[in-house]
Amino acid sequence: MSKILYCRCAFAKVVPDATKDAVLEKLCESGAAFESVADLCEMAARKDERLNDLLAGDEGVKIAACYPRAVKWLFHNAGVSFPNDGERINVLNMREQNADEIMESLTQNDDE
Amino acid sequence: MKNDIHPVQIILYEGDGAQALAPSERFALISQMLDKGYAVLRVTASESGSLPTLSPGIPLTVIGNFDGSAPDLEDAAGRTGITTHDISGLAVDAVLALIEQGRVADQTGLNQPGEAGMWKPWFPVIDYDRCTNCMQCLSFCLFDVYGVDDAQKIQVKNQDNCKTNCPACSRVCPEVAIMFPKYASGPINGDVVNQADLEREKMKVDISSLLGGDIYSRLRDRSEAAKSRFSKERSPDKALEERKRCLTKLQQSGIIPDEVLAELDLASLPSPEEIQRKAAEAAARAEAARQAAAAESS
Ligand code: SF4
Ligand code: SF4
Repeated sequence: MSKILYCRCAFAKVVPDATKDAVLEKLCESGAAFESVADLCEMAARKDERLNDLLAGDEGVKIAACYPRAVKWLFHNAGVSFPNDGERINVLNMREQNADEIMESLTQNDDE
Repeated sequence: MKNDIHPVQIILYEGDGAQALAPSERFALISQMLDKGYAVLRVTASESGSLPTLSPGIPLTVIGNFDGSAPDLEDAAGRTGITTHDISGLAVDAVLALIEQGRVADQTGLNQPGEAGMWKPWFPVIDYDRCTNCMQCLSFCLFDVYGVDDAQKIQVKNQDNCKTNCPACSRVCPEVAIMFPKYASGPINGDVVNQADLEREKMKVDISSLLGGDIYSRLRDRSEAAKSRFSKERSPDKALEERKRCLTKLQQSGIIPDEVLAELDLASLPSPEEIQRKAAEAAARAEAARQAAAAESS
């Protein structure tokens, strides 16, 4: 099972409230362990050392945030290399996708 | 410094030895902690979801329904200070207050969204898959947000200097390589760049026609004037007047939003000479980087 990371985008109103609330609500209803951060942009700006730990290891990471291109280079901006393969890291876009679709990807078993 | 804030880790522990919260309570607690700027790890008893990562050395606060007594936890390696709280029976507000008290007592800073004086994370993010290192952004930015690394590669160096809600540099990038993830629309927000975006950007004014043309001609006029025996030192008023004209030009171009321009402190802006010097420096850097890259590949 992949690690799940949820970004709240707390410093701006660019991710629709309905989507980010619905995704978090469903995560809270699920039995899944997950990590959640207030704002990945803010962490990247501070070069928060936790960003490194979030992607560390070989396991898959599913990130519910915004556009994959933005998320990838935000990590890079913080000095954290973001694997390019698209296999290990999967970014779900709460600005475009709906909550059900995102939840399905987040909670799907990796070997399914 | 705006970003000189140390991270805090909060764990909502629902594993062995603690009662799970009701889903609605869990959602209320986590969403409110996130909206206050905290990062929260939820640890469950189930096998579902792999265990969140702990970052050694960052202070940890563990909360959970521990039925009256929170366990004493200690990092065996002694690197992480751990505080535990039993939150049984506490309302969300009370839990938040508890965490906040601990944070203040530990003198740990936190960027709090929505609080007066807090910095909105607004800064350019470069997509190096697209960037050609042309240095137009470095040349354009009036606030020295950009710089280069040892290999002469463009970098976002002083992101704190970036003006909130100003996406101007992304509009001068010919490769659509600069993103502002919190921008409203694509491709600046990170959305996929399509051919139409690229065509539009390619047609864009470059920095010299945007600012330089005017500045160069004014400088030329002035150097002519300087030759005249009636010329005298430019007055501060005149300098300010030139900056204003420069800004009007930017405003008319639509590249810098009006509300951003309105907030700029005119006197703190670089003079036309500085802008010209920066543009020349950036061009020289771009050329040096291009030559270095060419030498490496040959
Ligand atoms: S990564 Fe995307 S969703 Fe997260 S804070 Fe930045 S803009 Fe918002
Ligand atoms: S303006 Fe040039 S150097 Fe700056 S990000 Fe765009 S392509 Fe790279």
